[in-house]
Amino acid sequence: MKIQDIQQLLDAQVVCGEESLGKHVYSACGSDMMSDVLAYVKDQAVLLTGLVNSQVIRTAEMMDMVCIVFVRSKSPNEEMIELAKDSGIVLMKTEKRLYEACGTLYVNGLIGNGKKI
Amino acid sequence: MSEILNFHYEVDGTDFTSAGQSSVSVKKELRRLGLPAEIIRQVSIAMYEGEINMVIHAHGGVADINLYEDKIEIILEDHGPGIKDIDLAMQEGYSTAKENIRSLGFGAGMGLPNMKKYTDEMYIDSVVGVGTKVRMIVNIPG
Repeated sequence: MKIQDIQQLLDAQVVCGEESLGKHVYSACGSDMMSDVLAYVKDQAVLLTGLVNSQVIRTAEMMDMVCIVFVRSKSPNEEMIELAKDSGIVLMKTEKRLYEACGTLYVNGLIGNGKKI
Repeated sequence: MSEILNFHYEVDGTDFTSAGQSSVSVKKELRRLGLPAEIIRQVSIAMYEGEINMVIHAHGGVADINLYEDKIEIILEDHGPGIKDIDLAMQEGYSTAKENIRSLGFGAGMGLPNMKKYTDEMYIDSVVGVGTKVRMIVNIPG
């Protein structure tokens, strides 16, 4: 799935990183707890979260993630946007809640461990 | 063996927002040096967790990354409250972090276990009331 497919499926608004929308991603994870992302995630390219602070961007950077989707219409601040730009991470936001956003991507073929359903 | 490169950082303990800046910087330096992606990830995650710990628990500290031919050494030192029971602190899920830290996405008791998981060696030297020194090694496969 391309990042632009995620944008369409979630009816999301791209905050930054438009130039990377054509990148392919094969897996995703959803969590508000960055400790858990750092502990359990492996090779997941997309992070869906309702948490909004700079540590979300740094966690994604640490995990080599390429896209962060903020759920429940949460908006990243300027500092977060700058950090994301600096790390080449796409930021987008959707009105959907975390459960629904993850489910929508999952049924459309983006499953957690990167394998196709 | 003598080190090839050293990166030294002062970790500011007053602002949670800036926590992790040093780890991001190290990651970029290691990328620039062309180290294997998996090694870079291991080093930067371990350091990031350590940096977060220093900010949450110890009002900051200093971080040194020493790059050798065959390994990367991460040394984190603070003058915080120290760890009373290291075995307990190493247990997944055990945390003394306050609820406000959990609301920021951390404090799940995964920091130290994660640091151990992502490194080949980890040593903790801690004295209550004096501070904590964590030394971690990530081997670079030959």
